[in-house]
Amino acid sequence: MEVKPPAPAGPPENWHEIRDLQEWEKYRQERPEGDRASHALEAIADAIHHLPGGWILVTSTEKIFNWARSSSIWPVTFGLACCAIEMMATFASRFDVERFGMVPWASPRHSDLMIVSGTVTIKMAPMLRRIYDQMPDPKWVVSMGSCANSGGPFRHGYHVVKGVDRVVPVDVYVPGCPPTPDSLMYGLLKLQEQVAHFQKTGRKPEVEALRES
Amino acid sequence: MTPGDAATRLRERFGSEPQVEGSVVTVALPVERWLEAGRMARDELGCRYFNWLSAVDWKEAGIEVLCRVENLAAGLAVVLRTRVDAVRPRCPSLTAVWRGADWMERECYDMFGVVFEGHPDLRRILLPEDWEGHPLRKDYAVDTPHPPYR
Repeated sequence: MEVKPPAPAGPPENWHEIRDLQEWEKYRQERPEGDRASHALEAIADAIHHLPGGWILVTSTEKIFNWARSSSIWPVTFGLACCAIEMMATFASRFDVERFGMVPWASPRHSDLMIVSGTVTIKMAPMLRRIYDQMPDPKWVVSMGSCANSGGPFRHGYHVVKGVDRVVPVDVYVPGCPPTPDSLMYGLLKLQEQVAHFQKTGRKPEVEALRES
Repeated sequence: MTPGDAATRLRERFGSEPQVEGSVVTVALPVERWLEAGRMARDELGCRYFNWLSAVDWKEAGIEVLCRVENLAAGLAVVLRTRVDAVRPRCPSLTAVWRGADWMERECYDMFGVVFEGHPDLRRILLPEDWEGHPLRKDYAVDTPHPPYR
């Protein structure tokens, strides 16, 4: 009986040579600029901010925008595997996330959130990335279940992406195999909290501080 | 046609001793007589239902290709098995005998790299077109990196 060598613990040493990971890193660095569609609005907001007493107006408008964003998150219906069944249960009447303003929408062009529910195979990853790219900014990703978080039971298989965060940036990870609708709902509420504190970075200030330390 | 009859006919025709377990008759063949055995199983033993085709990698001992065909009316199943070379696995295609062998042989090619000679359209079926290697071979390292996502 031959013993297999242990799986590598981290990303491969040549990760910086991998083109898509480079693009991802570049995207992450560009993201502090936030919602790219509203550069002009931000310039106006900055100008108002520097007027005497203007900051009161700017911060309160930002709060209004964030309230609106966090209470109308539309997830794109994107089921990949068995987690999608739990996701459907979450959307259905018993758990009913519609009371949080979440409407499952069948088009990435109108959606703010992608729930990656299930195993992402290497063959599926480019399509997932394309759907993500089709969504307008600002957008968020919830990684649902062990497979999407880390590859799960298929991590040492030949065909599975070891975590969807290698394909798209993830905001909330929901553990479970599969997570119950309750867990997913908790994750979605956490996401709403995060969106409510959406500043130019798109993340809560304390989360950002944790990342830097 | 009982399993015993099928075993007798296979023994007379191919010389090797078939194993009978219940309704399943297993016969080992040299790869040159693979297609002939397929035709015989269909025409003489009445096995018109092609159940599956797969392979086993026995490392240095070569790759074993197996296929199971059934005579549903008689309740008889015949398992054909043969060994092909591990380095350049080549095997005649059964698509001319059972049309249903098409996708099974494509899958076997995809996973084990067995080249089925005479197959009308031998491409990968499950893995992406640009995949390198055949993942169910024993010498395939499962942690082979696949840029960009691995």
